[in-house]
Amino acid sequence: MLNDKQKLNPNIFLEDVEQEAIRLGFGEGLLQAGEKDERVVGLCADLTESTKMDKFAKKFPERFIEIGVAEQNLASVASGMAAMGKIPFISSYAMFSPGRNWEQIRTTICYNDVPVKIAGSHAGVSVGPDGGTHQAIEDIAITRVIPNMVVISPCDALEAKKATLACIQTKEPTYIRLAREKTPVMTTEDTPFEIGKASIFYQPEGQSDVGIIATGALLHKALLAAKDLEEKKVKVTVMNLATIKPLDDSAIIELAKSTKAIVTVEEHQIAGGMGSAVAECLAKNYPVPQEFVGVKDLFGQSGTPNELIGHYGMDKSHIIEAVHKVILRKK
Amino acid sequence: MGNITDEQVCDLQKKANDIRQSILEMLIEAGSGHTAGPLGMADIFTYLYFHALKHDPKNPSWEQRDRLVLSNGHICPVLYATMAHSGYFPIEDLKTLRKFGSKLQGHPHREFLPALETSSGPLGSGLSQSVGMALAIRIDEGKTSNKFVYCLTGDGELDEGQNWEAVMLAAKEKLHNLIMIIDRNNIQIDGFTEDIMPLKKLSEKFESFNWHVIEIDGHNFEAIDDAISQAKTVFDMPSVIIAHTIPGKGVDFMERRFEWHGNPPGKGPEDVYKKDEQATEALKRLRTLGGKITCNDHE
Repeated sequence: MLNDKQKLNPNIFLEDVEQEAIRLGFGEGLLQAGEKDERVVGLCADLTESTKMDKFAKKFPERFIEIGVAEQNLASVASGMAAMGKIPFISSYAMFSPGRNWEQIRTTICYNDVPVKIAGSHAGVSVGPDGGTHQAIEDIAITRVIPNMVVISPCDALEAKKATLACIQTKEPTYIRLAREKTPVMTTEDTPFEIGKASIFYQPEGQSDVGIIATGALLHKALLAAKDLEEKKVKVTVMNLATIKPLDDSAIIELAKSTKAIVTVEEHQIAGGMGSAVAECLAKNYPVPQEFVGVKDLFGQSGTPNELIGHYGMDKSHIIEAVHKVILRKK
Repeated sequence: MGNITDEQVCDLQKKANDIRQSILEMLIEAGSGHTAGPLGMADIFTYLYFHALKHDPKNPSWEQRDRLVLSNGHICPVLYATMAHSGYFPIEDLKTLRKFGSKLQGHPHREFLPALETSSGPLGSGLSQSVGMALAIRIDEGKTSNKFVYCLTGDGELDEGQNWEAVMLAAKEKLHNLIMIIDRNNIQIDGFTEDIMPLKKLSEKFESFNWHVIEIDGHNFEAIDDAISQAKTVFDMPSVIIAHTIPGKGVDFMERRFEWHGNPPGKGPEDVYKKDEQATEALKRLRTLGGKITCNDHE
């Protein structure tokens, strides 16, 4: 059952659960961040409407810089502004920022250790028809590997709004991963959010057989899987891992101790992604069998989001399959 | 026109010579690093730190300071030596260049030396950062701000496309408070710039991008002074000073030679001096030539 403490959306399991694009939450959060703190500036590489920076740009034209199609410049100009005391948010598609401008992010933002906040929209294969060039499924890997960087992958629009607002309070360079398509709103305004903190969204009564750790919008599919499994007497706890770095080690270790089997779920390459981060933590602290739901060393392609999630093995049925598989591996 | 006096020029020439000597000494001690670029830029760095910049070496985080961004981080020996001579840290610390735990990393890192404005090394991103600083200053202080951002770049590094992204943005935003200084020394690691990737008439390139362009002899303090003064008067446009310099300036057997781009004395080409003679000879030649100081000694 849903964890009461998280004050989640009661409609979460309904067919007609409210849907909103995660990027919209970023846009709303940035607008509020701009209202709260005049150090906040916005920079965009010719995707202002698409990355939802447009609200901020309209409200604060004097604090908005249109960079043009130049993601490398985007990152380093933001670094210069941060060095002067600003809190710059930069936005583009994740494939181009942090994709194309990775070295500028590494050197001019993270090595300099300045508080630039990087919003990467259109992450994951669910971008859909645009095809593989525009589907960032490597971005978690390339950001979490950089020292000083914080990596957040919100599960819905409300969490994206909270993450955006939270990161104006922190000094670290931060990557916020956003998605294009409408996805279920699982949280409410009252759901607690703290950078670096994992939360249990679903827990059965009594002992769990498996812990699912999910990040991003696929968390919803993990919750649906857990509910289905519970009806078949397989008990699953579901964790929302919104912050991938710094990792909430103690929460993950605790989940592994109580379930003795883990399934990770992410719309990202298995190599180097959130599941890898979890595996790094558990291999060192409390090794248990782990199955990975994610993209298996492939590029994306055109299709509807649902077709692609299915094709690349990240649907509810694949999560259920992974749960059964990991149970068989338990000692 | 600038208003520098003959006496000031003479003092700057002598200071530049001391800085060149420190550059050679620190490179000899380090056993690796870049020589030609730092020697070539010694006059401009001397002018900036001892004449032009609003800064306080005893209070490096003074908010009202001008910002100096070194984009081509590999010429950091000249940055470190000039900072030491102007009082940011003891001159003897220069001997720690490139050594473990040193504040003087092989390429500048502000975590180790917080008085630096930026870390640098990977080429082509200093101008973007400078544009960001100039934009932030304009947001805070408006179009009439008297706080300047000086961005020093190499010429070879203009091969990097990111520079031209920043060049376009600076012109679009009409950043009067941005002064770029290009070390036009015509060399890069693999050879002469015009052989590796021709830059041709840089002045025309920048003019066509709507920058104010000034071309000077980068070893002539009056010319440097005039150029900086002129750049500061330009409104509604960023300025670029294309400073023609002689790589290796001050040590005759190194001058104009791309082979000395990335080697310290002791590891350079042996056509004039053998490797084991290069350190002694470089220091001796520098003193003999007096760094080619042109002013009369007024001691």
